[in-house]
Amino acid sequence: MDIAFEQILIQTVNGVVTGMILALVASGLTLIFGIMDVVNFAHGELFMLGAYVGVITMAATGNFWIALVVASLIIALLGAALYLITLRPLLGRDPLNTILATFGLSLVLQNYALWQFGPVARKIEEPFTGHFTLFYLDYPWYRLVIAMLSAGIIGALWLFLKFGTYGIWIRATTQDRMMAQAMGIPVPMVLTGVFALGSGMAAASGVLFGPLVGVNHAMGLDWVLKAFIVVVVGGMGSLGGSVAASILISLLEAYASLWVSPAQAVIVSFVVLILTLLFRPTGLFARVPR
Amino acid sequence: MQPLITVEGIHTYYGKSHVLDGVSLIVGKGEVVGLLGRNGVGKSTTLKAIMGLVRPSRGRVLLEDRTITHLPADRLARLGIGYVPEDRRIFPLLTVTENLRIGLHRRGVTEARKRQLLDKVHHYFPVLAERRYQAGGTLSGGEQQMLAIARAMMLEPKIILLDEPTEGLMPRMVSHIRQIIDTLHSEGVAILLVEQNVPLTLQVSQRIYLMEKGAVRHHAAAAELQVSDAVIHQYLGV
Repeated sequence: MDIAFEQILIQTVNGVVTGMILALVASGLTLIFGIMDVVNFAHGELFMLGAYVGVITMAATGNFWIALVVASLIIALLGAALYLITLRPLLGRDPLNTILATFGLSLVLQNYALWQFGPVARKIEEPFTGHFTLFYLDYPWYRLVIAMLSAGIIGALWLFLKFGTYGIWIRATTQDRMMAQAMGIPVPMVLTGVFALGSGMAAASGVLFGPLVGVNHAMGLDWVLKAFIVVVVGGMGSLGGSVAASILISLLEAYASLWVSPAQAVIVSFVVLILTLLFRPTGLFARVPR
Repeated sequence: MQPLITVEGIHTYYGKSHVLDGVSLIVGKGEVVGLLGRNGVGKSTTLKAIMGLVRPSRGRVLLEDRTITHLPADRLARLGIGYVPEDRRIFPLLTVTENLRIGLHRRGVTEARKRQLLDKVHHYFPVLAERRYQAGGTLSGGEQQMLAIARAMMLEPKIILLDEPTEGLMPRMVSHIRQIIDTLHSEGVAILLVEQNVPLTLQVSQRIYLMEKGAVRHHAAAAELQVSDAVIHQYLGV
């Protein structure tokens, strides 16, 4: 089958755009894993609850950007509370305990959303409705805007971690929790803050992604499954690795869908996951401390 | 002597293993105290218990008159206890400057004071100034040891718990560490020094505690002890 050059370019744009959204979901997940060693199965539900808070705030204010900020803040606070109640008491125990706790939390939050908001999907209106022409396609501006916003949020997180005082605290805590505490860093507070930050990022991605799909109680599942793949392929806990892996996997899926249906193209990400686990289990882009 | 750190009969366990069996000792203000003993007698655990990194099941630790037994390590660091662990444990992916700056984010430390403290450790350890943008994990063993001591100094501690600072270092570096201990002592910083290097410990310390099987068995002024003494031989096998 001949593939036109423009089709490859369109799929490249699609892959990068989807990759940036995925990167935003995955960076919250990788932040929480990298710093706290917590595999957070409830991340998808924080993404979904963020979208619902976005729906409610949009209904009250009519402003998408206010909804984005409010949802991020509320879910960050909820994340902090959930961490203090469910995960902090399990610190230092077998990691299986935290995995089961977050899995349980995920079920509770998902069913809460189903009970509270019902099974019918809600809609968040996109803030830009315009399109531009990409070869033979009407491509929505909003998709480009969320890719850029995702890049902006991840960039801001990187700058904060690299240069911010609390960013250095977080990096020190990641590398050696005991010595971080011995140097005066309030590690329990840092861990709570990191969980709140990761939760806020999940909520932001939920609101940004809301206009592209319906908001419903199960919307987090697919994205978080893919985000877990990205976190493993990128290197557990590596922010740059997550971004690179998100774009790599999304591009590969986009190119694969030139030949097969998009549903079949998803298989590509699982193939990459299996190959990574077989040949480079630390992740393709992980930086290993000497 | 005014006590700065008082350890009263602390017991600790690692699982079922009774590691500290009633350790008691005192470190006076501005005093250098050596803690000697064979491997595995609980010297490092004593430092960790003082630092709040290991929780004693019995006994208590006082900083001046304040009981600090169950305070978390970050509070103790901010109260003026610096800790340099046996294996240095610098943050390998942070730069030298970032490793140092961690201890500076304390209430009441002005930007001018932060600069002074950085300048001071750069003066004591010029190699750290040369390597300020280098990741801590890329430094040599000796440089990492200097960074670990310098990092503790950034807290402006009243006491530094120093765990085997000369282990694995070449003689030139050992002599530099000794100078630093003397300098800190002259500045009024107390040091509780755990060392395998007995001659060095006897030279820099004012008092010595000898440990065996999780407890202090002997205590003497350093000036009264010599490497060849029977008591040293008994507890250290030197």
